[in-house]
Amino acid sequence: MAYPQAAQPPVPSGTADQVAQPPSVKVILTSADVQRVVDRIAHQILEKTQGAADTVLLGIPTRGAPLARRLADRINAFETVDVPVGVLDITLYRDDLRRHATRKVGPTQVPPGGIDGKRIVLVDDVLFSGRTIRAALDALSDLGRPSSVQLAVLVDRGHRQLPIRADYVGKNIPTALSENVRVTLAETDGLDEVRLFGGINQ
Amino acid sequence: MIRHLLSAADLDADTATLILDTAAEMATVAGREVKKLPALRGRTVVNLFYEDSTRTRISFEAAAKRLSADVINFSAKGSSVAKGESLKDTALTLQAMGADAVVVRHPASGAPHRLADWVDGSVVNAGDGTHEHPTQALLDAYTMRSRLGRLAGLSVAIVGDVLHSRVARSNVLLLSTLGAKVTLVGPPTLIPVDIPAALAPGTQVSYDLDAVLPDADVVMMLRVQRERMGDSYFPSAREYARRYGLDAPRMRRLAEHAIVMHPGPMNRGMEISPEVADSPRSTIVEQVTNGVSVRMAVLYLLLGGK
Repeated sequence: MAYPQAAQPPVPSGTADQVAQPPSVKVILTSADVQRVVDRIAHQILEKTQGAADTVLLGIPTRGAPLARRLADRINAFETVDVPVGVLDITLYRDDLRRHATRKVGPTQVPPGGIDGKRIVLVDDVLFSGRTIRAALDALSDLGRPSSVQLAVLVDRGHRQLPIRADYVGKNIPTALSENVRVTLAETDGLDEVRLFGGINQ
Repeated sequence: MIRHLLSAADLDADTATLILDTAAEMATVAGREVKKLPALRGRTVVNLFYEDSTRTRISFEAAAKRLSADVINFSAKGSSVAKGESLKDTALTLQAMGADAVVVRHPASGAPHRLADWVDGSVVNAGDGTHEHPTQALLDAYTMRSRLGRLAGLSVAIVGDVLHSRVARSNVLLLSTLGAKVTLVGPPTLIPVDIPAALAPGTQVSYDLDAVLPDADVVMMLRVQRERMGDSYFPSAREYARRYGLDAPRMRRLAEHAIVMHPGPMNRGMEISPEVADSPRSTIVEQVTNGVSVRMAVLYLLLGGK
């Protein structure tokens, strides 16, 4: 999940003279779209890294972790290369820890080969403010010294607050700050889908 | 999450499990290139120690430093306490310095509870009198879980001076919350008769160590406190060692997988023989390592959020 959260859709006020409007929901990527997008990113990684040698995919929980796993599976299906996959939990590196109740720490799993001298591809579902990726870069530098770091995201919704951009983008979705992008995946939510929850009815 | 950690009884099963799970993640930091996490940057942890302690104080200090907190060590010796300052005035001083957490060890049972009323920050009980030592119980539970894979249904024998042991009290409370079966073993003079009723109803009591050993998954030996030896709780040190000390022949009565624990510092040859202390069954060194991870988890969960 990208953070900080976008403004929640305004709650219908419920006053008598104002007609309460339900927040609009729009499906941006269907299940088939998500699979095509993952396939394309897998091809792009292979292309840009000349066959994904010395490359490690690190997924950022929650939904970056299964995405990284899928990308590795697709890369293996296309070119029979085994790309090591890991999980990078960024909880303890967040810059907003003190603004919320204590967060649960998730597992970080670094592949046995480590990350020193490797090309790391960070994988996340939504790229938003860029703060998650900033935290991930800090976490990465405490784990070792990769030769380079790239970023793959399923959705880029804009509104960056830090100078960060993705190397591989599944879909660019121009959004308003009042809107919310929600990614669901079969592994975590039972269904592959990307939906846009609008603050104002179109 | 709770605000203070004063007693093992403050922890329900979910909170205790959350601490143990978080400790498991904290443990991976020890194997990394940079053994430090930024989670408590800018927070101040005061170690307030009114009793001598090496391992607990160092363990808390290491835990706080690995989380990037600032650590202030305050020991009663050579401080304003030696000049007669009361606990309350010391607490107000710490409060004025902006302590986010106070880790307190005190010879009086209940001192941390009083302290919690006087300071705004979190209070962690690092041992109070003969009352409790909750982080020791957590690190013991963590060690059992990592060695034996579970806590529910484990048979744990706690052997020795239960009467004066804060380690035993906290362990009985925490282990029964987490579903282990605890048997207290020792001479009748050192086991309070009402302890199962007072702490946890399922607790067993036995005065015969040899009878308990074959069914135990964990044997936890308590230190015989030297200052108690003259108080005629038992006839002589040698007799105590003969009846309640864990030596090599007794260790052979244990099940294949059973482990031997000791909170330290040990009296080798008294409650535990050197062969046992240095055997592969012994988790004594692991307990020290795990102590840092568990205390990191406790400090993070108390101080990490809003």
